Formats: sequence, structure tokens, C-alpha cells
Amino acid sequence: MSKVFIYPTNSLILSDLVERFGHNPLAIMSKIREKITTIGVDSPPLNITPKEPEMGLKYAAVEVPAGVRGRMALVGPLIDDAEAAIIVRDATIAFGCMGCARTNELTKFLVRKKDIPILEVEYPDSDEDGQEFVYRIADFLKSLPTGADTQ
Amino acid sequence: MTQDDQVIIALVSCGSEYAGIQPELEAAASRLNAKLVYPEMDVSILDTIGMEFGLEVASPDLKLMMARAKAVVDGVARVDGVFVGTCFRCAEAAIVRNEVRRYIFQNSGLPVISYSFTERTTAATLLTRLEALTTIAKRKHLLGRERQTGLTAGVDSGSTTTKAVVMRDNEIIGEGWVPTIKVIDSADKALQQALDQAGVQQDELQAIGTTGYGRFLIGEHYNAQLEQEEITVNSKGAVFLADCQKGHATVIDIGGMDNKAISVEDGIPGMFTMGGICAGASGRFLEMTSKRLGVEITELGDLAVKGMQDKVDMNSYCIVFGIQSLVNSLAKGSSPEDVAAAACHSVVEQIFEQQLQEIEVKEPLILVGGSSLIAGVPKAMGDMLNIDVLVPPHSQMIGAVGAALLVSGYVEE
Repeated sequence: MSKVFIYPTNSLILSDLVERFGHNPLAIMSKIREKITTIGVDSPPLNITPKEPEMGLKYAAVEVPAGVRGRMALVGPLIDDAEAAIIVRDATIAFGCMGCARTNELTKFLVRKKDIPILEVEYPDSDEDGQEFVYRIADFLKSLPTGADTQ
Repeated sequence: MTQDDQVIIALVSCGSEYAGIQPELEAAASRLNAKLVYPEMDVSILDTIGMEFGLEVASPDLKLMMARAKAVVDGVARVDGVFVGTCFRCAEAAIVRNEVRRYIFQNSGLPVISYSFTERTTAATLLTRLEALTTIAKRKHLLGRERQTGLTAGVDSGSTTTKAVVMRDNEIIGEGWVPTIKVIDSADKALQQALDQAGVQQDELQAIGTTGYGRFLIGEHYNAQLEQEEITVNSKGAVFLADCQKGHATVIDIGGMDNKAISVEDGIPGMFTMGGICAGASGRFLEMTSKRLGVEITELGDLAVKGMQDKVDMNSYCIVFGIQSLVNSLAKGSSPEDVAAAACHSVVEQIFEQQLQEIEVKEPLILVGGSSLIAGVPKAMGDMLNIDVLVPPHSQMIGAVGAALLVSGYVEE
């Protein structure tokens, strides 16, 4: 089983695809769940406190706005953990949406900088392209180590 | 200086020309016999550089920055150093600036500095940084010196205090430390203190080196053989005093008016940042805190070590509002120990947030400058970074020691 980072990081379709092929999707939903179920932190709605933008300094300079760094505090550790990644370019909002363009630029850059298998695909705009899109993702996921061949 | 000595600096920016500061950049460069050039590249690369570099940005001028950085790394543009500049407060540019700087430094080995400018950026602000860049680019041999020889003096004319040392055969034999009031008078007093302690006359000195804000003025006054900015000099002084001249080191210098964080390799600065003139993150803030607490600055550190910074609310890094927070805490019954600890923590936290993420922190971490003597500061730094912080002997004298060490190269010449 490989840890596969997905972009858009909240895409349910991508997350589901990764799981179907026996891998562990690294998606922002799990991080959000972790945040909102943390007992003792009271900073609704996401339980993000001024500490998160500080933690985001690992990924972006202090001059980068707090909102980008706060998001990076969630996304950054997922990238650190990633053993593979799928990036879908120019996806529609319904497929998955990251609200901040600056965070998106930095996220994709940090993923691309990692020495891991990466699949970058365009979001399809026809049924035919849609099928090809799923095949390519499936082939990529099949090529990743699963089960016994990973630690 | 001859044409051969000229340092060619690649200007990699997203539009310093539009920010009204181009003449300031040019003025600082020409004062150092440096020339700013735009790295040449094929215009067609602008269509693909985003994907190639990995950063798909909206601004074409940021794509131009990445393309120029690539031209430098690929050797298409032959330069000695690189200046990376973007507008202050542009988030996209801040992301690109950091990554471009790292990319050039890691892939070319060229010295790089980066700066986020406003329309008020002046040549004087840029000068120290560019001077360090040109020294690292063209005068590395100067920084290779590891032993002080002969009888030399170094004078560090800082914004708050003036320091002087006299060194003989690799030993400090005299030192002086006075507040900076009139630059030349203060330098004379500090040097005289050092000479008296060393038991030598000024005319016996074989060479004098100057550094700090007042380096040019006092350099002229003493007819100094070396007038050198404080980034390279302080790095050298710090690794000399900490006995870490080989391998990696990180030098953090908390000065009276600004801070420097320098990543050093074999005594030569690599990446470095120099904080702007923000008093809240400097020794000045600690001075004001000690005045408010009614203790000498030298007593503040011991007080801070006994306190708990968590017990004091500090909502601002600004020197005015920060002091206000401390005053409010005292009014609510906080102890002077807690307030002293909060002040030290605040200074260190700002350095951590604003400077340390821009350089690679590698142990040993050498903390120098007058503030390193305030025990609460190295403690707060060690707690925050979870590493041992090394404060070398004479840590407040690094500039003067570095200058005395480097200028001894001129004795043999």
C-alpha cells in the first residue's frame, strides 16, 4: 500500500479511486477531521489557531499571508508523507476545490520537487477523455507498490 | 579597482524598475564596483518555465524571474552573484522569491541575496547586503583566514554600541565597549580602552579593520586597511570565537538595531538574511524592557531565566505595543521575572518567524551580539529550536574580532 497524495486535496473522486486500488489516499479531509475532533481546542469552525500559520512557516516565508501558511500547516505534512502523487490540472470546482490559488501553486510545486512517482493529468471535458482519464489514473495506481512489497 | 575586479550581479526581479527603486539598486551596486545585469534567455521559455520549474504562477514577470534564474543556473548568463528581489507584501512573489533563491543557491553555488522592497528602499539599506554578496563572490580569499597574526585592532561601530579589540598572534589582548554617541568619539574611546588593556600604543598597531554602520566614517578616520560590512566579518568572528571554523554553522547575531541569520560553511557565509530596521526584534526592545523593570540590562537575563513567558500576554511584536503589553501585564500583577522572560521570548520568536525559515539551520548554532549575553535570550532560542545554543566567549565582540582577524591578512601583504 502506498501513501498517495491527491490534488485537488479534497477530491472525493480521487480519494475513492486511490482507495479502490488498495492505496492510502492523503487527502485534506482526514486532516480537517483530526482538527475538528481535537478535544480542548476551541477555535471554530476548523479549530485552527494562530499556531497553524506558525507551523506553516516550514513551507512558506513569513511574508506569505497567514491564510496560505495556515492551509500549508494542513497540506504540508501530507506532502511530507507522500510516496506518490496524482495531480489533476484545471479541475472543475465540483471535482475538488482548494480555495486559495497561492496555496495551490505552492502545493503543486512542493509535490513536484519530491522524488516520488507523480501522475499529472488534465481534467477531462468529454466522455471519451473521461474514460482515458480514469484509465491513466488506474494504470498509475496499479504501478505503485502494494501490500507485501511495501513496509 | 579595475574592470577585472568588477562584480557582475544578475538582477532577478519581477519589476524593481516599476517600484521606483532601480536608481537605488544601481547606486548601491556602483559604489561597490558591481554591475547589475539582466540574465539573457530565450523568450519562448516563458511559455513553459512554469511547468518546468514546477510553479505555475499567474504573473508573467514572476515567470520571467524563474526563466532568468534558470539562465543563471544553466550558465547561459555568466555572473558572480545574484540579487533576487520582489515587492513587499506580494504573496505570489514571496513564494517564488524563496524558491528561486534556493534553486539558484543549490544548483549554482553562487552567492544569492533576496530582498522584498518597497518604494522607500534606499541604496543605504541595500549596501550592506550587496557588499556581503560582492565579498563572497570576489574576495573569498579574504574570508579564508583562520588565524590572526601580528598586532591588529578591529573596531565595530554599531548602532547602539561601539566595540574594539586589540589582538596579537591569535589572542585577544585588549577590548573596549562603549555606547555609540558620536561615531568617531565613541570609536576613539572604545579603541583607547582596548589599547590601554593591551598595554600598547595606537601607532604600534600594524593594521586596523572597521565594520558596522559607522565603518566608512571611522575607517577613514583611522586610515583603516579594511572597511568591511558586518555580515561576513561577524560570521568570521563568530566561528573564530566558537572554534567552529570548519564545516557547517549557523550564526545568529542579535544587534541593537537589526538581526542577522547566517548559514556558514567553512567560515564563509552562504545564505543569509538581515532583518529590517524593526526595533521590536532587536536588543533595543530588551533595553527598554530593562528600563521599565528598573534593572540594568546586564541583570535582565538572570531575571528572565527565573520567569515563565507563558504567564504574560504579548499581542504585538511592535516595540511600542510590545512594551505596552508588558506594562499592562505588570499592572495586572505579573512578576518582573515573567515579564523579562516574555520580552526575551518575543525577540527570539520574531527571529524564528521572520528569519530562520529563510536559511538552513544547521548545528552548531552560534548566538552572538550584545543580546546573547542576556541569559534569557539563548535559553528562549534553545527552547524554541530544541537545540543547544552556543554562546562563545567575547560574543558581544564578534564584529571587532572578525575585523582584527581579517585585517591581519594585510599585515603579511
